[in-house]
Amino acid sequence: MSIPEMSHADDPVWLAELRSVAHERAVEAGLPSAEEEQWRYSPIDEIDLSSYYLAKHPHERLAGEFLDADSIADAALVIDTVDGFLTNVDDRGADGVVVIDSSKSESITATGTVLAESIDTFADANLALSPSPLVVSIAANVIVEGPIVVRHHIAGDGGLVAPRLTVVAGENSQSTVIEVVTSDEVEAMVLAVTELSLAPAARLDYLVVQNLATSVWQIASQVSSIDRDARLATNAVALGGGYARLRTDTRMVGRGAEGNIMAVYLGGGDQSLDLRTFQTHVAPNTRSNLEFRGAVDDRSRSIYTGLIRIEPDAGSVEAYQTNRTIKLSDGAWAESVPNLEIENDDVKCSHASAVGPIDAEQRFYLESRGVPTPIAERLVVQGFFSDIVARMPHSGIAAVVEAHVADRLQGQGQR
Amino acid sequence: MSTLTVSGLCVNVGETEILKGVDLEVSSGEVHVIMGPNGAGKSTLSNVIMGRPGYEVVAGSVTLDGVDLLALETWERAQAGMFLAMQYPTEVPGVSVESVMVESFTAAGLSPVGVDQLLRAEADRIGFDSRFLERALNVDLSGGEKKRNETVQLGVLRPKIAILDELDSGLDIDALRACSSRVEAMTNENQLGVLAITHYNRLLHELRADHIHILVKGSIVESGGPELATELERDGYARFATAGSDDASASVDGIDPFLDPLL
Repeated sequence: MSIPEMSHADDPVWLAELRSVAHERAVEAGLPSAEEEQWRYSPIDEIDLSSYYLAKHPHERLAGEFLDADSIADAALVIDTVDGFLTNVDDRGADGVVVIDSSKSESITATGTVLAESIDTFADANLALSPSPLVVSIAANVIVEGPIVVRHHIAGDGGLVAPRLTVVAGENSQSTVIEVVTSDEVEAMVLAVTELSLAPAARLDYLVVQNLATSVWQIASQVSSIDRDARLATNAVALGGGYARLRTDTRMVGRGAEGNIMAVYLGGGDQSLDLRTFQTHVAPNTRSNLEFRGAVDDRSRSIYTGLIRIEPDAGSVEAYQTNRTIKLSDGAWAESVPNLEIENDDVKCSHASAVGPIDAEQRFYLESRGVPTPIAERLVVQGFFSDIVARMPHSGIAAVVEAHVADRLQGQGQR
Repeated sequence: MSTLTVSGLCVNVGETEILKGVDLEVSSGEVHVIMGPNGAGKSTLSNVIMGRPGYEVVAGSVTLDGVDLLALETWERAQAGMFLAMQYPTEVPGVSVESVMVESFTAAGLSPVGVDQLLRAEADRIGFDSRFLERALNVDLSGGEKKRNETVQLGVLRPKIAILDELDSGLDIDALRACSSRVEAMTNENQLGVLAITHYNRLLHELRADHIHILVKGSIVESGGPELATELERDGYARFATAGSDDASASVDGIDPFLDPLL
């Protein structure tokens, strides 16, 4: 098995070492197989990383922005990458926020500190390959008013692209980080990693919108570490990609930590959306709540597997997990597998999972008011998503997401 | 002038015959009331006219001005001029009544501009707190609020014929007065034709009935004027329940179907 290697001749010594270790780990682990629980139902056996090339520079982008200028007019900071390379930092007065490109930093950064161990080959490959591992640090006690927007775009045809972002939310800070992942109509493989580190009492709202072309495949990991009394809310919107995987690891490591993990996903055409979640309670008095909602249309597929893990020292824990998927067509397929692994008796845990067609009573009600069937179905699905959309951290961006979902639902079934 | 014509309608649910040949004709401006004991098939009749899934029409026809409604999708029946105020209005999370009215207007080729004002005006007419209009359809509304919400939509959509399936259930006296007099006004101002299903005469205090039909065991056993409702309220169904039926309805025995929970 071969993991492409990239020469990062100008890397600082510490990063070169980190990359070399990650590369070795990736080679050693090799590609996983669909036999493994974490990769069950995935087309992992079809992936050949060596068929992609490593971009040496960012390519010229063709597609427009997912978020128009108006929707992010209040941003504190806008960061752009193309093909994994940092191309732009637009600081609009974000006091107390520092952006570092680890490949240009002689001193060691937070890159690789949240995801210190190996979770899979692709996350290791990301560290080995990422041309600009970014770190955004919010200083202690700082409240960042507008969102910090990080836009990743993939423009190189045939490229293996490895965007990486590490957010360090300082003690008692408050901030909103929004990542947007888009592409041109190119064939590409995206190996993305986002690390979120919350110091004690930090409050971070995080939203990621993935709207890749269906010719692009993605294997992404989002790993969070939440320290004492800190609160993280994450919201993932999975819209694009031919095969698009997002693994979410949320770790409550300090007493009183809270993680709210939400997602909406919408599959159409021949898309395959693969969502894996881990809620890990390491410390006592911690709480996590996961709520995923999706819809699959045409011949698309969705896979959800989730694990709540309560470690032995984690007493007085509340952990909840819900995934609901609507199948909009007979040809669509959805799998939902929740799991619990509990090593402490003092816990409140629940998981719920449902896959089913659109609610016939709801549809009938709207139809009885004269709403044509396809529109009634669109409204029901939008309504189903609206709980999650309403909790997105930025109303302007939520509105863009909602409009995009409506457009997608309108166009679906015609492909 | 429009006419809803139901003729020889036989409907099964699963293996069970629910309607056994129903004939009815409701024209613009008229108010027809269907009364009958529980299980007589009243809700089946209203659902089948609107096309709710789960009912099998085995014989008969339903037409609106000659158009075969049974051949149309539910939304097409609504666009043709039918409206059903449901007995138990469905909760539709995350969907506002305004968005539904806008889509209905748009599908009808009407401009949806001003739909919000129409909604507010209709809400005001029946004392429905317009803040409820902002909520998801029927979500977290009380039974009475849901019925008022149905009445608001009826006022906005202005159908030719409205079926009111126990509009009065769950409504307090004031709300009932507001809703039934709103419907009565529509029969006069907009020539709305009404097919109302109810257990109680009190709906008819404001809404002036032209015809009363008694539905027992899937058949209309008697039709008459408003005096029939008064008789029913006084004497119950006993006279009708035994007519043409050997196993006199169990649901009639022992309970008074006219026992009004609000009185």
